[in-house]
Amino acid sequence: MGVGIQVENLNAWYGKSQALHDINLKVEANHATALIGPSGCGKSTFIRCLNRMHETSPEASVKGKVKIGDLDAYNGTSPTQLRRRIGMVFQKANPFPTMSIYDNVAAGLKLNGYNSKKHLDDIVERSLQSSALWEEVKDSVHKKSGASLSGGQQQRLCIARALAVEPEVLLMDEPCSALDPISTGKIEELIFQLKEQYTIVIVTHNMQQAARVAEFTGFFLLGRMIEYDKTEKIFTNPSDKRTEDYITGRFG
Amino acid sequence: MASLRGAVPDSTSSTAQPRVLEISWRRRIADYVATGFAVLTVVLVLAPLVAIFGYLVYKGVGSINWAFLTKTPMPPGEVGGGMANAVAGSVLILAIASLLGVPLGIGAGIYLAEYGRNRFGDSIRFVSDVLNGVPSIVIGIVAYAIVVLRQKHFSALAGGVALAIMMVPTITRTTEEMLLLVPNVLREAAYGLGVPRWRTTLSIVLRTATSGIITGIMLAFARVAGETAPLLFTAFGNQYWNWRLDQPTAALPLQIFTYAISPYDDWHRQAWAGALVLIILIVSSVAAVRYVVRRGTLGGTA
Repeated sequence: MGVGIQVENLNAWYGKSQALHDINLKVEANHATALIGPSGCGKSTFIRCLNRMHETSPEASVKGKVKIGDLDAYNGTSPTQLRRRIGMVFQKANPFPTMSIYDNVAAGLKLNGYNSKKHLDDIVERSLQSSALWEEVKDSVHKKSGASLSGGQQQRLCIARALAVEPEVLLMDEPCSALDPISTGKIEELIFQLKEQYTIVIVTHNMQQAARVAEFTGFFLLGRMIEYDKTEKIFTNPSDKRTEDYITGRFG
Repeated sequence: MASLRGAVPDSTSSTAQPRVLEISWRRRIADYVATGFAVLTVVLVLAPLVAIFGYLVYKGVGSINWAFLTKTPMPPGEVGGGMANAVAGSVLILAIASLLGVPLGIGAGIYLAEYGRNRFGDSIRFVSDVLNGVPSIVIGIVAYAIVVLRQKHFSALAGGVALAIMMVPTITRTTEEMLLLVPNVLREAAYGLGVPRWRTTLSIVLRTATSGIITGIMLAFARVAGETAPLLFTAFGNQYWNWRLDQPTAALPLQIFTYAISPYDDWHRQAWAGALVLIILIVSSVAAVRYVVRRGTLGGTA
């Protein structure tokens, strides 16, 4: 089951330049939350702070408090511990090219020392089913490399890979930006089903997408979170002028 | 060309038509010239290789027989005998060199690519590039000083150490370059699954770069397999069989050298045969490694 996320006074830097300023946010468990905003506004940086991926960038630093369920991300938790409970899907599909489809999905478990063959078979099948890829690849999971799939399939493979470790939270960083409308549709459908079991935070440039999949939406601008509310409210009656300007296309 | 002209609609005015044709002629000639030049360069590159190999076969193949491949050398002046002990010695020395040099080179390459973005890394890069340019005879002297003098023996081990020192910089730098080619998104994908950094480096990054790293190792291997100078006062050479690491050992390049400068015709013939065998050994071991690596990769992989 998904858990909620609580963020308090989160600041992030790349070297000396500050990318996030005092972000405060409460993400509801088992819902999808969309983050929108113009390029470079800090939304990707923000979700990369949630699973401590931000600090893998050179000279990056973070200050503030992030709680994933009852786990304090930056206090007494190691990044690997934390990331095992948080799945992440990236902008560009990044299957491991030397691994079969099966090994890609099982990677999170195998590389963390989990090796029960029988159990792995079940998990791989279940994960590929939840990412709506099983039917298309079930005959070649061992034979084909993850990199041999089409772009949309690769992205669903990456989702399966993230789901296989049974995370409580799923972070998606513009998961559809490199996909055609049909693949995008499939992934959106997937997000809809997945949020019954997982807490989903999705960064997107596509406002229609935010409106379609998310119950809550946050608007970022220049490293600050301008507004955070129910998606309906953000898109029909935003309380901040800047949000309104952005969603009506007056800037950004 | 055809598609270019085809893209012009039929209804185009008649004045436009010849111009399109004219350009396409110019392009066609340029195309021929460029292709011809490319083919020519390939021929120029391959010609020496083919010539060397052809001449070796011509001179050497007649002297390769069962005795050559199974017997040890005869005393000076006597006809017959073979280089079997030298072949075995080369295999032994190269095995030692690879066992020492490959892990060291890969380890250093991993450090440089994944952790070495700093002063210390830069100095290792510099030293490694300099080491790559050090004459092989000098490396032989170093191995002589650190192994032979200490053991008070010429030995297979000393030869292996000398060749290993020569392999390390090549392997280090190619490993580093191959690892840097692995897209960062793959590292992030693994981190995102909660895989620790060391495990990501070994199981994802290194594995993705495997074929490039193998190429680097093969280059280094092929380069040192024919080295003679660093073996002169390390492995030293031996007229008899030797399997012990601490004893002087025959090696093909040494044997070829000794025979080639000798006054005996039979030895000259055997030197050619030895050269041919050496080349065949290098080519076949490189091919074998490539074959094994290729069989281990999946269909659809780049």
